[in-house]
Amino acid sequence: MTAPASPARTGVWVGIATITMSFAAYTSALLVRQGAGSDWQHFRLPSILYFNTVLLLVSSGTIELGRRRGYAWLIFTLGLGLLFIAGQVLAWRNLAAQGLFLATNPSSSFFYVFTVLHALHLLGGIVALGYVLVRLRAPTGGPPLTALGAVSLYWHFMDVLWLYLLVILALRL
Amino acid sequence: METTATSHHAPPQGFLRKYVFSLDHKVIGKQYLDLALVAVVIGMVLSWLMRFHLGFPTTAVPGLGKLAPTAAAGGVITPELYLALMTMHGTIMVFFVLTTAPFAGFGNFVLPIQVGAEDMAFPRFNMMSFWVTFVAFLVLVAAFFVPEGPPISGWTAYAPLSAIGKDAGPGLGTGQTLWAVSIALFCVGQLLGALNFIATTLDLRTKGMTLMRMPLSTWAWFITSVIGLIAFSVLLPACILLILDRVAGTSFFIPGGLVVSDRLQPHSGGSPLLWQHLFWFFGHPEVYIAILPGFGIVSHILPVFARKPLLGPKVVLICLIAIAFLSYTVWGHHMFLSGMNPLSATLFSVPTLVITIPATIVVLLWIGTVYGARMRFTTPALFCLGFISVFVSGGISGFFLAQPSIDTYLHGTYFVVGHFHFVMGVAAMFGIFAGVYFWFPKMYGRMMNDKLGKLHFTLTLIGVYCVFMPMHYLGLAGNVRRYSTFTDDYMKGSLPLHRFITIAALFTGAVQLIFFYNLIHSRLRGAKAPDNPWQATSLEWSTSSPPPFDNFGGHHPVVTHGPNEYGVKGPTGDYIMQASSDQPVTS
Ligand code: HEM
Ligand SMILES: [Cu+2]
Repeated sequence: MTAPASPARTGVWVGIATITMSFAAYTSALLVRQGAGSDWQHFRLPSILYFNTVLLLVSSGTIELGRRRGYAWLIFTLGLGLLFIAGQVLAWRNLAAQGLFLATNPSSSFFYVFTVLHALHLLGGIVALGYVLVRLRAPTGGPPLTALGAVSLYWHFMDVLWLYLLVILALRL
Repeated sequence: METTATSHHAPPQGFLRKYVFSLDHKVIGKQYLDLALVAVVIGMVLSWLMRFHLGFPTTAVPGLGKLAPTAAAGGVITPELYLALMTMHGTIMVFFVLTTAPFAGFGNFVLPIQVGAEDMAFPRFNMMSFWVTFVAFLVLVAAFFVPEGPPISGWTAYAPLSAIGKDAGPGLGTGQTLWAVSIALFCVGQLLGALNFIATTLDLRTKGMTLMRMPLSTWAWFITSVIGLIAFSVLLPACILLILDRVAGTSFFIPGGLVVSDRLQPHSGGSPLLWQHLFWFFGHPEVYIAILPGFGIVSHILPVFARKPLLGPKVVLICLIAIAFLSYTVWGHHMFLSGMNPLSATLFSVPTLVITIPATIVVLLWIGTVYGARMRFTTPALFCLGFISVFVSGGISGFFLAQPSIDTYLHGTYFVVGHFHFVMGVAAMFGIFAGVYFWFPKMYGRMMNDKLGKLHFTLTLIGVYCVFMPMHYLGLAGNVRRYSTFTDDYMKGSLPLHRFITIAALFTGAVQLIFFYNLIHSRLRGAKAPDNPWQATSLEWSTSSPPPFDNFGGHHPVVTHGPNEYGVKGPTGDYIMQASSDQPVTS
């Protein structure tokens, strides 16, 4: 009882369930909305998304390396996460340059909703990872090993979620 | 991702840390209950205004003309103001009373103690959960103070009315935006709460507290948090899309070619039904979020006063889980009139009827528990019996509404108002009252006055039956709902009954003053409560009243018994406590 190991992990699993459910809701909204009106316009996804995908996949590997081999890999992971977000910003600017904004068309609306929400969730993971890094550096050491496990679980989930979103976007938009 | 949470923390110093931004689940639970108390007073006053107008449609409400010179010129409520009052009443009651009090309030205070934990798994998230909910409440109430007033689209905020903005009517500009933001924040607050409930129940149970030894109240909060997790993570996306439609010009819910207030709305292709589906996918489970904690509370409290073990506790548990599961399959019964094809209607109708089976089984087990018992008729016991009564009265009308052909007639009428006020409003309120009278000694270390409690119970029970029973007849007679007056045409004849309901409602409201008086007086002057005033078995009764900061005074209780050991030969009476072979440290 004194040092319960699992709440952080349980917490992340519960978080994963929540996020999965909310994206299921967005997905069903997309399917219903696409069927409801005749105004849906298809567009090509900015190709930088595929590059970003590779970054995110690699970061899932490096966070695992970090758990085994140490600190430097974790900082590298953090950098990859930030780079992914920067890449997403480029994708948004690319669309904006084509005249595709949030309210332009339902397809672009969903594109922004999906990608922005994913980026915000990933940002949460980045903050959590940064917090663990700071704690790891602190002289007291302490709990972060379980916390690191929890963060990496969340990180992998962000990865899986992104792949899912990419497939939906590629198929539907 | 806090893991330090449960390792021995010292009590915080300073007023802010102790009472305002407290991490202590007991303080947070009380904060939730106090928020619910404030909310219920506001919600009740709004309902009085509505009732007054329904009963006396041409009489001015004293003082209202000054408060709302346009919406109620001369003090007589306009139809628009009526709808605004109705929207705010429903929203405040459903979200900020019936969700916060039975689930977040009691759950926070009692659940960690009942499983033998020092605190919730993530105290910081827990604190955030309350404060986000508090801000959500302020945002909602702010709608009263913006120029056009609160929204008029009801607690269900159907699109496109709720999505278009200003053109759709008073309050649908800023007021409706505030509503959507408030509910989105509320979702975040409750998700954080549910996260804590789940992790605490799964990971922080004390030695010997197996899942099957958990009291049914804790089980009910746990199951409710699973329901809440799914429900609020669908309502949150719905609110975000609604906000985007309102402020960013998207068209998720607004169809094309819509002309409102002589203006062609600049939207195309959206689906108003999409909102209804998302809303009711949340909305039906939400009614169980409001009522399942009451199921848990009654299952927990009844045996204490029947001095008999609960009949079939495992069956009750299975039924609660079945209800939770089924509650996700029935949302379409709120949409029978949305042009749904008859096959889908049947597919929603069947599980709606099926869900009444577990609910009925639980009610029968409660009745079986008190049958032949030598009841101790304390106030909490009476409210549990009252809960059963009103739940059955309201549940029966559900059988009718579950059938599409009958619902076609009843959907838009007072029959539905009577149904959900009994089964959700009053039953959940009775669960809350039972909980307050039962746990007050543990929360504040003082007893509530039992005589006043019984008076409160008796008058309230009479009052609510006078208010909500006649609504069923009104509905059958074709009295539509969400209208502000019934003075014309065929509805003229209903006025005397409406007047009767209004008087009964004002009476029932006034009766609550007894409760408020009891609450405040007992907090200050009530008789000192012993550790276990009710001779109950669960862990909260083996610590002091009120419990110390870490709940058990540095001690970790060891559980050896289930919560249901009543009517047996125990060391101190006809019951055996869950931690009976343990030596509790009471400070
Ligand atoms: C006995 C089982 C129940 C059945 C069969 C049932 C059935 C129904 C049906 C078919 C409706 C839709 C009526 C309409 O809008 O035309 C309805 C409305 C409603 N029910 Fe129930 N119900 C049951 C129990 C409950 C419980 C336990 C609660 C809450 C704790 C509840 C709360 C509500 C609410 C709030 C509404 C109306 C919402 C609105 O339109 O504003 N019901 N019920
Ligand atoms: Cu329902």
